[in-house]
Amino acid sequence: MNFDFTDDQREIKRTARELLTARSSMGRVRAAAEGGGYDDALWHELVGLGWSGIAIDEQYGGQGLGVLELAILLEELGYAVTPSRFLSNAAAGLLIEASGSDEQRARLLPGIADGSATATLAFARDGVAELVGDADSAAHVVLIEDGLTDATATIHATAELEIEPRETVDPTRCFARVRAASPELGEPLVGTLAPGLDRAEIALAAELTGLAQRALDMTVAYVKERRQFGTPVGAFQAVAHHCAQMLMETEGARSATYFAAWAADADPEALPRGASLAKTAASDAGLHATAAAIQLHGGIGFTWEADVHWLYKRAHVDAAQLAPARVHRARVARLAAAGIARSSPAAAA
Amino acid sequence: MDLTFSDSELAFRDELRGWLAAHHPGPEPAGEAAGLEHRIEWQRELAAAGWAAVYWPREYGGRGATLVESAIFNEELARARAPYPANVLGLVLGGPTLMVHGTQEQRDRYLPPIVTAEEIWCQGFSEPGAGSDLAALKTRAAKVDGGWRVTGQKVWTSFAQRAKWCMLVARSDAEAPKHKGLTYFLMDMEQDGVLVRPLRQITGAAEFNELFLEDVWIPDENVVGGVGNGWAVALTTLMNERAGLAFGLQVALKVLLDELTEQADQRGLLDDESVAERLGDLHVRAEILRLTAYRGLTAQMKYGQPGPEGSLTKWMWSETNQRATELAVELLGPEALATDSPWAFELLRARGNTIEGGTTEILKNIVAERVLGLPRSR
Repeated sequence: MNFDFTDDQREIKRTARELLTARSSMGRVRAAAEGGGYDDALWHELVGLGWSGIAIDEQYGGQGLGVLELAILLEELGYAVTPSRFLSNAAAGLLIEASGSDEQRARLLPGIADGSATATLAFARDGVAELVGDADSAAHVVLIEDGLTDATATIHATAELEIEPRETVDPTRCFARVRAASPELGEPLVGTLAPGLDRAEIALAAELTGLAQRALDMTVAYVKERRQFGTPVGAFQAVAHHCAQMLMETEGARSATYFAAWAADADPEALPRGASLAKTAASDAGLHATAAAIQLHGGIGFTWEADVHWLYKRAHVDAAQLAPARVHRARVARLAAAGIARSSPAAAA
Repeated sequence: MDLTFSDSELAFRDELRGWLAAHHPGPEPAGEAAGLEHRIEWQRELAAAGWAAVYWPREYGGRGATLVESAIFNEELARARAPYPANVLGLVLGGPTLMVHGTQEQRDRYLPPIVTAEEIWCQGFSEPGAGSDLAALKTRAAKVDGGWRVTGQKVWTSFAQRAKWCMLVARSDAEAPKHKGLTYFLMDMEQDGVLVRPLRQITGAAEFNELFLEDVWIPDENVVGGVGNGWAVALTTLMNERAGLAFGLQVALKVLLDELTEQADQRGLLDDESVAERLGDLHVRAEILRLTAYRGLTAQMKYGQPGPEGSLTKWMWSETNQRATELAVELLGPEALATDSPWAFELLRARGNTIEGGTTEILKNIVAERVLGLPRSR
């Protein structure tokens, strides 16, 4: 039992924080949101560093590291609110690698790993997905019908899809409505979907955890500086207790996300529970902490000029991707009930 | 990162599981005093087999176990629904405090009888006028030749009627600033001038006591950590309280939730999405508590003492336990509120969870100031 990073993992985290602090400042986030779009040079740099293929097997052109290493990067990308197609591409890569056939992996993963043919994914109904991240720049879109439990998924070349760009509350990233001319057109993802979907949920959870941490850090710095009634507002318990709550939820999200990412790499039996824990805890932490950040920044927090709103907006869109927290909560309860039934003497007999 | 138990940790767990299955003490008899005697007997049995103080060094009667094994011990005890050993305050608070701040003589003298439950310990910190503001305590320790004379009043003292030693924090210097004038003593409870009166809680049971001290004698050699250093020593005790109890408590919570889930499932309530979501939410919280406690443990193994992060797990546990008991009575209906239902007791007892061992409000202050570095709040 050792619930801490290895030296290599710590190094990945440190490098990512350093690079993104330099290359993905809030100024860049704002520039992207205000019409500048993604920073192509940064994308090529991340691809060049091997980040986009970090969890993809070496035989498909990746680094062959784990979901945990990917989660470390995504947490940092969330922390920086980096405008990028990284998350959608990485989540689609996890799904295809875990739930695709050998042939599908060999055909699709190299383009995801080296960024030459990116992919994305979304829940869809009757061939229509309302909000798909980075579909406009992707080579493939995986459409997942019928949600978490009885899902089916089909891979579509973007050339065969109707893609209509769509603005969301989060202007730091590109989204589109996607329609398959006919749902039957796509190529089914042949493997069991749950392990792939669970991994994709962990990717979202990792970014949400980073968003929550950034919200907390920005807020703590602000309430130490901002003075009212002759004292830093962080000295007021009404303010300080909000910050403590943000920390508790953020640490909880981190515990759950690391556990889930570790389970994806090392303990398949714990993956369903782990992924649901992670998406639930990270959605809660991401939504609550980023909302609290606006509140604790006071009037300035409600202005376009302050940067905390990027966090709140990103958190909402991340939490809404794939299955929402309420679905995962119910799943956790049913998994628990099934576990109790299995371990009861009656079941053993 | 490796979140599985190692082979030696698994061997430890399996040996303990086997032992617990063969030696489970059975249901606790009714009544506070009878229950305590039952747990003293239980601790003697644990001690004889080397299970009473697994984390302690062997020289003091422990097993020399790692922190992870110690966590496993707490988890397995709760999973087997076996009670905690009677001398919990000596094992979790007093002993570890002496290992940090005690002299060699004190360790040799006091630690072994804690393990065997020959000497039960209690904790004299809170006072009627000093709860959350512990450093405002007024119990006076006056210097006399060879020792101290102590007069004052303590409250929330578990096990006081049966205890031999009390971890007592008293004001030894009335002139010094409030955090500086305190000293941590080991007080002999078996002497004139110590009066114990049971304190009844909202559950109807008297789990705690009031303690009245009148000119009580404490020799110089019973000062722990030096005169005037009582606040620092008391903080060690409090941090051990919050971190050390977390593992047992989180499993007790998990046992409670599993029981509720089983009953809800049998009644078909999990088919209702909103019930499944609310129950699932509690399972999520309980799991996160466990994971966060293990993360804290890894940090403690690297950096030594438990940190203020223990406040986080105590806070998470107390709120989740309260929600669990409230959901239980909501889902199981009025019968859960009859006093012959265990849920009725759990519901009422859980109200104390967010107060005992540091109120949630104080824990939030600790987290804000000591973890986040915010200015001292008011």
